[in-house]
Amino acid sequence: MSETPELETAPIPRRNTELVLLILALAVAVGANYLVSLSNTDGFDEGFITQGAVLAGMALVMHIVLRIWAKYADPIILPCVVALNGIGIAMIHRLDLANNDDAATRQLLWTGLAMAAAIATLWLVRDHRILRKAPYTFLVISALLLLLPLVPGLGKVINGARIWIFIGPLSFQPGELAKITLALFFAGYLSTHRDLILLAGRKIGPLQLPRARDLGPMIVAWLLSIGVLVMQSDLGSSILFFGLFMVMIYVATGRISWIIIGLVMVVVAGFFAAQFMSHVALRLNSWLHAFDPSVYDQQYGGSRQIVQGLFGLSNGGLFGTGLGNGRPDFVPLANSDMIIAALGEELGLIGLVAIILLFVILISRGIRAALGSRDAFGKLLAAGLSFTIGLQCFVLMGGVTLLIPLTGLTTPFMSAGGSSLLSNWIIVALLLLVSHNSRRPALTGPLNERDMAAAGPDISAKAKAREEEDARRRAKKAQAKVATPPRKGDTA
Amino acid sequence: MNTAIRHVWIAIVCLFVLIFGALSYIQFFAVKDLNANPLNTRQLYKNFDLARGALLVDGTPIAESVASDDQFDYQRVYHDPKLYAHLTGFYSLTYGANHLEGVMNDELNGQSDSQFYNRMVNLLTGQSTEGASVELTIDPALQKTAYNLIPDGQQGTIIVSEPKTGKILAMVSKPSYDTNLLAVHSGKIASKNMADILETNGLSPNINPAINNLISPGSTFKILDLVAGLESGKYDLDSVYDNPTSITLPGTSTKVNNFDQGICANQNRAKLEFIVAQSCNTPFVAMSEAVGQDALRDVTERFGFGQQLEIPQRVTPSQFPSDLTPDQLGLSSIGQFDVKTTPLQMNMVAMGIANDGVIMKPNLIKRVTAPDLSVLEEPKPEEFSTATTKKVANQVTELMRGPLKGGTAYTADIPGLDIAAKTGTAQLGDGTKRVNSWITGFAPADDPEVAVTIVIEKTDYETGHNLTSPNLKKMLEAVFNK
Repeated sequence: MSETPELETAPIPRRNTELVLLILALAVAVGANYLVSLSNTDGFDEGFITQGAVLAGMALVMHIVLRIWAKYADPIILPCVVALNGIGIAMIHRLDLANNDDAATRQLLWTGLAMAAAIATLWLVRDHRILRKAPYTFLVISALLLLLPLVPGLGKVINGARIWIFIGPLSFQPGELAKITLALFFAGYLSTHRDLILLAGRKIGPLQLPRARDLGPMIVAWLLSIGVLVMQSDLGSSILFFGLFMVMIYVATGRISWIIIGLVMVVVAGFFAAQFMSHVALRLNSWLHAFDPSVYDQQYGGSRQIVQGLFGLSNGGLFGTGLGNGRPDFVPLANSDMIIAALGEELGLIGLVAIILLFVILISRGIRAALGSRDAFGKLLAAGLSFTIGLQCFVLMGGVTLLIPLTGLTTPFMSAGGSSLLSNWIIVALLLLVSHNSRRPALTGPLNERDMAAAGPDISAKAKAREEEDARRRAKKAQAKVATPPRKGDTA
Repeated sequence: MNTAIRHVWIAIVCLFVLIFGALSYIQFFAVKDLNANPLNTRQLYKNFDLARGALLVDGTPIAESVASDDQFDYQRVYHDPKLYAHLTGFYSLTYGANHLEGVMNDELNGQSDSQFYNRMVNLLTGQSTEGASVELTIDPALQKTAYNLIPDGQQGTIIVSEPKTGKILAMVSKPSYDTNLLAVHSGKIASKNMADILETNGLSPNINPAINNLISPGSTFKILDLVAGLESGKYDLDSVYDNPTSITLPGTSTKVNNFDQGICANQNRAKLEFIVAQSCNTPFVAMSEAVGQDALRDVTERFGFGQQLEIPQRVTPSQFPSDLTPDQLGLSSIGQFDVKTTPLQMNMVAMGIANDGVIMKPNLIKRVTAPDLSVLEEPKPEEFSTATTKKVANQVTELMRGPLKGGTAYTADIPGLDIAAKTGTAQLGDGTKRVNSWITGFAPADDPEVAVTIVIEKTDYETGHNLTSPNLKKMLEAVFNK
């Protein structure tokens, strides 16, 4: 068929743009690591060569994979993530030199593993729409992942939170993966039920309340995640899951009332948590009275970490001390939770803002993929995952800057920690897939019923209109039989 | 749906704008406050990685930073620490820096205004800043002699200064401690050592007794009575004054007696010469009444009471109480009641009398030298105050010769050396018999080279007496036989 008015020009893959940006990103990341090696007091440290080579190699493999399986994917996403990941490794390496540790090598291994997982995701999934088929499977997987640390013998309490599992020498935070599976469930469920949620149900005042059975599975999912997290004492992830839940419902329904209900629930839950949960009360206290010496010196839940982070940031000032010249090793957990403070100290306000802008660009590209996606599932998934990255950044950086109480979250792509790297790289793979599907040439034939239902209302409405017109034309031409051309393959 | 997605994006951007705002505040607007926060040890740690300048005595370091192989590049090391502890103070990760290490911190770190040029050069050439060294006016031989004159376990202070320049040649207090114990980098060890140090009676690493300890001056205060009396014109060296054995303080039934072991009782009426030599009390009560408290307070202030002074360690101002009732004035005139002075204050009294009434500002710093050996600062002798006239100063000098010639300080006399001095014994007033034993004086009396003050604190009369005048003699022998 010839009528495709919204796509006059052919889409450009833009993989070469990605390659140029990727080289730029690698130059920044490896350059930073080179400076770290130069500043080593015990002579030039050659660790950066292997680290740079592995990072560059994996990034190029990923680039080639995109050329093959997702050539219309957004060209800016991958370079942003590689830059962030590489700068993270450089800073972890720098802290290794101060602390005589080898976290950078572990981080490098995890980076390789995470990028391999991302490539595997690209290869296995190809088209993100296959993920919408079984939302309840993802709900079950989410539940299993969240419950794993509670299994005796497998889970272990670290820093007051029971969110880790240990298999032999390996440790892992399954909750990190649960944010992906939960997003997949929310996106799948909401994309098929949004009409029912929107239209069915009673109206009380300005609020349109959905039927309980339409929202039931959502509430169950939400209660499960929040309930398990409260039992595991992981405040940061609770906030993250709740934010994900709220944003996806809002995107699906477009009703601000959901946000208001959600925020009221946050306030109520926060009040009760502060009253009845000692670790929440401690966090709150060390936020409100961070500079009180007695709070500072408190053995458990003291403000030492935050305050030392603030001193680090102020020590860096506008321009930073330069890599290797500050004392970020003063800050407890400098290479994981507090890596933002370490970066701010050595790269200054200017450097740190540049890094955070990389996150803003990454998230904006994710949102762009959501806007361009042709199906509701893709929109919900990309928006939800992008928002997760943004919210995680905010909860963590807000905690470091004393804007909100500090919770134990990692900085995506930068903090030392395998689980976080793995899940965030899989998120990147999913965003790349959604962007590939939204940017690749549109299908030119009429869609069949199944695709229309799945592709969401925007497209199905247009398609419906088009089909109705066709039907009218067909009726006019009476006997003419229109052959339906086979649907083009998903992989171009 | 796209509208909602755009709203989500706007919300995310707003969250990031909040972060940018918070970071700008922390890394730009609040930098000064955060860096100055007492919990912030970063500056100290930064300094521990700098080549901090040395404190020198006669060209030899008594405090220096030597290369260290622990987590810091340098370790502060003190030589003869007990001799100099109250001057150098300590430079500690755990307790900060105090005394000269504290007040000269900018110079020692290379951050003083006079090192601005060097810092700019280093900034451009990429060299690290090195601190200046600070040379003290202390004479190490005199410092050692003074230290050995106070027996271990005895609380006391000895100060030797130059009346003509204000230079402090020796300033020693006991008990003392090893400053290296607090300079250790381990906070655990440092705080254990601090606890041990604080167990010693009369010892606090934060106090230099010579300039921070306020104690009753006893009869050494009579020098100031004499200045006030002679200035008033109501007293002179030739007249004879009442010297009763006992006097009742006005408005009370409290009696002030002359010292019962002394020979004041031999003369019911006496010249000032006799009264000063034997340190009789009763004539001074009458004298203070005759000149009035305002005139007396004026004299104390001219000699430095209540004045701010930095040598460059900050000296605690000595006190002469205000609004005295007549009986309180009587007690104050013999250095009791609430009259409280530092040992240095009574040394300054001797310096003023010695130097024709002009007190030169006491000072510990000889010069500050940059790492390239250029002299950054070299304090010139400076007048602190004109305390009295030359005439009165000379008359008081004449009277202060008396105690050496068969008076209360006869054990300090050295044949062939013209010494002027005044002894003092102050009751602690804590119900015990313990006293503070004083002597402050100078030599040679007509052309003074040194002013010496010795205080032995919280001791019995006999011990104190034997550790003041005889030690003045030994101190002066060390000065003039060197």
